[in-house]
Amino acid sequence: VNATNAPPIALDVGMLPNHAFGFRSVMWWATICMIAIESMAFALAITSYLYLKGRVPHWPAGVPTPGLFWGTLNVVILVASAWPNLLARKAAERYDIAGVRLWMAIALAFALAFNIVRFLEFQQLNVRWDTNAYGSVTWFLLGLHTTHVLTDFMDSTVLAAVMFCGRVDENRFVDVSENAMYWNFVVLSWLPIYAVIYLAPRIV
Amino acid sequence: VTVFKMRAPGMSLNRIPIFVWAQVVTAFMVMFAMPAIMVASTCLILDRLVGTHFYNPAEGGDPLLWQHLFWFFGHPEVYIIFIPATGIVGTIIATFSRRHIFGYLALVVSLVATGFMGFGLWVHHMFAAGLPQLGQSFFTAASMMIIVPTALQIFGWIATLWTARRLQITVPFLYAASFFFVFIMGGLTGAMLASVPLDRQVHDTYFVVAHFHYVLIGGSTFPLLGGLVYWFPKITGRMMGERLGRWSFWLLFIGFNVTFFPMHLLGLAGMPRRVYTYPASMGWGSLNFLATVGAAIIFVSLLLFLINVITSLRAGAAAGSNPWGASTLEWATVSPPPPYNFLPQPTVASREPLWHGELTPPPIIGLGSEKREVLVTAVLDAEPDHRYKSPGPSLWPLLTAVATTVMFIWSIFQAMGLIWGAIPTFICLIGWFWPTKGKERLDSGAPDGLTLGEGLS
Repeated sequence: VNATNAPPIALDVGMLPNHAFGFRSVMWWATICMIAIESMAFALAITSYLYLKGRVPHWPAGVPTPGLFWGTLNVVILVASAWPNLLARKAAERYDIAGVRLWMAIALAFALAFNIVRFLEFQQLNVRWDTNAYGSVTWFLLGLHTTHVLTDFMDSTVLAAVMFCGRVDENRFVDVSENAMYWNFVVLSWLPIYAVIYLAPRIV
Repeated sequence: VTVFKMRAPGMSLNRIPIFVWAQVVTAFMVMFAMPAIMVASTCLILDRLVGTHFYNPAEGGDPLLWQHLFWFFGHPEVYIIFIPATGIVGTIIATFSRRHIFGYLALVVSLVATGFMGFGLWVHHMFAAGLPQLGQSFFTAASMMIIVPTALQIFGWIATLWTARRLQITVPFLYAASFFFVFIMGGLTGAMLASVPLDRQVHDTYFVVAHFHYVLIGGSTFPLLGGLVYWFPKITGRMMGERLGRWSFWLLFIGFNVTFFPMHLLGLAGMPRRVYTYPASMGWGSLNFLATVGAAIIFVSLLLFLINVITSLRAGAAAGSNPWGASTLEWATVSPPPPYNFLPQPTVASREPLWHGELTPPPIIGLGSEKREVLVTAVLDAEPDHRYKSPGPSLWPLLTAVATTVMFIWSIFQAMGLIWGAIPTFICLIGWFWPTKGKERLDSGAPDGLTLGEGLS
């Protein structure tokens, strides 16, 4: 607009792109804020666990420690799911609809497997939520994380359905990319929660 | 996200109005404080409905855990109430001093520092709960420390007033100025209460009641009412009555002090909080009667305020776009603003764009006029980055809100309410998210791609 040294008469933004990925997009910032809120909730839940643990001489009191098998298996599944998730994100950023469909479907399969194993995990906690405060806070931590994997599994399913049969424009690829970022948060948050649920009761 | 990503081009971080900075800090505090009440009340409702033992000492739980979680939310919440008010006071003072706010950078840093420190004070609500000495000392020191950024802001405003070009004593200004007297009174008793021995002495007495009313009514209600009078012409297009406004301000100011100042003395005399009566022999009767008279005066003042709002809505003087001669961008558009705020969208070249009118920066063209297109800008310097299409009108957000409300109210009474209530919520969310052909366009029949920019160029 400003071809000469005269003051510009207008700022024409018509040639700017109609979407952007990563930290340039409003969706990225909104997702990061969501992650900050959820991280705070996880941190407070873990703090509550450690607070209650610190108040008694024996933890867990009068019940066996949780079984390690299913929880550890879920660490493997969830960490592995980061790979198809990353590929879905990369495909979205190249507007590769076939790649998005493929890798989202595979990532969803991992998420489904995780949720099934999570059901078995609850069976192996070896304590009920109403047995004592240890049981309550253990179920609370695992339940809080389950809420996240379950809801993320459901909204990823809806997003995948849109990518398969809905109207897809550039902003849907941005959605896939940010959805993949949120899944990384679900993966990463599981590691400290796993450590607290399964390892903290074994530290004397 | 709006403040970081959707500013007028040219509004770099150091040109954001002080009130908007206050809202940014508040938003961050909400993000990190609300999860505490979320966790605390979820555990409470689980204890009540499904037999967990978070707060049950008989089964290894601890009621103090509730206190910690609650006050980790509760104390920052005080600042969530207070910080927007400081932004209002700063804005009003700058406008009626007719100069830019003194020490802008220091004020913004103070706001951010208050936001951080507000999270390190919660235990000062629990000094009487039998906590370790070291913890009490730490939280005393932290509670004293937050005086520093707050005082810095107050000195910044005093310097602004001191060097004012031409001070205008309007009704909004009176509300902002009363902040100095009322809030500083509350701040002084706050510094007293931060010290453990004094806190233990007056714990649960009317001294505490007096303190937090001076802090919150002075630090929030007065500025909020001032903000309402200040932005009323922008919101409605009409001015609020000045004469009635002065009456209601002075009645509120007098009524407030008559109500709450005696409570300091009552608290020091040992009158406990949360009692509805006491023996006549305690000798608290006359001061309590005085407080009751003050409360009646407050009632009259707020009634006058309400009458002023209603009569001004119907017959107030026309405001024009900038009745106070203020500097910030909201006063550049008509009153009340249209849904799209500006046409064309403005750019800015200074912190007080309306006071530098001779250097009118170029307006923006090229945003779609047949769809709800907005400009997304870069975080630091607000350079134009890309265009973003806002969603069109839809019923789904309302339905989602209703479904969520039903879910949460149901879950207060029955645990299964959360499960059954989640289903309609989820369905509404899908309906909201699902792309609908043609829905994102506005009702005009213009073909895709025709933009205002093309029309002009």
